[in-house]
Amino acid sequence: MSVVAEKELRVVGFLCNWCSYGGADTAGVARFKQPTDLRIIRVPCSGRVDPLFVVKALLTGADGVLVSGCHPRDCHYTDGNFYARRRLEMLKRLLPFIGIDERRFHYTWVSASEGQKWQQVVAGFTNRLHQLGPLHAKKENEG
Amino acid sequence: MSTEKVKEAIAKVLPDVETVICWQGGFDAIHATPCFVSSPEQIDKVIWSPLCAQNLASYLPSMKKKVGIVVKGCDSRTIVQYMQEGLIDREKVVIIGIPCTGVVSVKKILKEIGHEAVLDASFDGSGSITVRTPKGEKTLAIADVCPDKCRTCQYPTPLVYDHLAGDPITSDKPKESVYQDIREFDAKTLEERKAYWEKELDRCIRCYACRNACPMCVCQDSCIAETREPHWISQKLSLQEKFMFHMIHALHLAGRCVECGECDRVCPMDIPVSKMKKKINAEMKELFNYETGVNPDDKPPMFTFNVDEVKIKEHKL
Repeated sequence: MSVVAEKELRVVGFLCNWCSYGGADTAGVARFKQPTDLRIIRVPCSGRVDPLFVVKALLTGADGVLVSGCHPRDCHYTDGNFYARRRLEMLKRLLPFIGIDERRFHYTWVSASEGQKWQQVVAGFTNRLHQLGPLHAKKENEG
Repeated sequence: MSTEKVKEAIAKVLPDVETVICWQGGFDAIHATPCFVSSPEQIDKVIWSPLCAQNLASYLPSMKKKVGIVVKGCDSRTIVQYMQEGLIDREKVVIIGIPCTGVVSVKKILKEIGHEAVLDASFDGSGSITVRTPKGEKTLAIADVCPDKCRTCQYPTPLVYDHLAGDPITSDKPKESVYQDIREFDAKTLEERKAYWEKELDRCIRCYACRNACPMCVCQDSCIAETREPHWISQKLSLQEKFMFHMIHALHLAGRCVECGECDRVCPMDIPVSKMKKKINAEMKELFNYETGVNPDDKPPMFTFNVDEVKIKEHKL
């Protein structure tokens, strides 16, 4: 739990097992200070991320969704992130059409050694979401 | 536009195929319905008129034997898309193409005549339909009661065919007009767009007619809108579930929708179902210069990738 419990947002992060999850780990090991709003879901590859995961999260309570994978050309499975790039770009362009701010969704590439970059991505994205505020009106009984 | 030419073509094709998929008159004068002609004496009931709005190509992926099919220009895009995705064997399909100047939307006609019972309907050569009801006669211009897709039709002549019933015609509609409505919608504010979809999708009764009629929805019984595992959407009657269903439909058609307008045609609640798909198509055109169902040798953009994407820029925080 965050120190400022009532202000914390729900941010879902889909991280590829081989690069970004390692990158987040590197950031943790190096003890970089990070916002605590992000909930990480580890996926085998960014190519595993169905755009519907993002939509479902945004519709059912997430304030923002972050997808991160290996840098293009560095995919553990050779081409998973190339497919992901096309799908996620398509989604990013569709979201504003259905009335969801596209700034609530971000996709990026972070390698396992880029702990510093990971910290910047999380901090930057969380800051942006805090500026936008919550996406869903909070119900009475929720923390 | 002549039924005779279509009948001639069907008679020519029939000996080589199991059945020919075409249209016949429906339960009243403004409805047509699909029919399967498998013997010469059945050819008599075949019709061709602006009432023939259904996209018959939807039957093809489930056909095992060699069949003939009658298609309009817009329907032929479905066949091209099937060829791109390897869903049909071109050798097993004999295509009878019809140059089409536009069909009618039964929904729009019914609205014009106040949903009265239709006694009779006739077309004259100059592009209008006269509908007779117990309350009198009404003549409507086909251009006024056509589906939205006909207003910007780019391919009146089928893109693939083995026999053409009639002379090829070219489109007189400007190419820029196709995504005009999408651009107008893009110009609205985020709140307006959100309110628009909430209002439209709230009417959805989740009958799934749009999915069932969609020629590119080929998962059939495995559709994730109905599976329990994974359980993407529940049976709850909430806007959130309706929204999710339409997102599933739209995203599974990303870069595949052939804009045949079947989803709009069958929707009992008059929801502009095709709009989201059209938006994705507009983006596909811009990002990858890809247009669905035009060239059989193309590859759908979500089925492939470039190592260096020219148009996709990295997003900065």
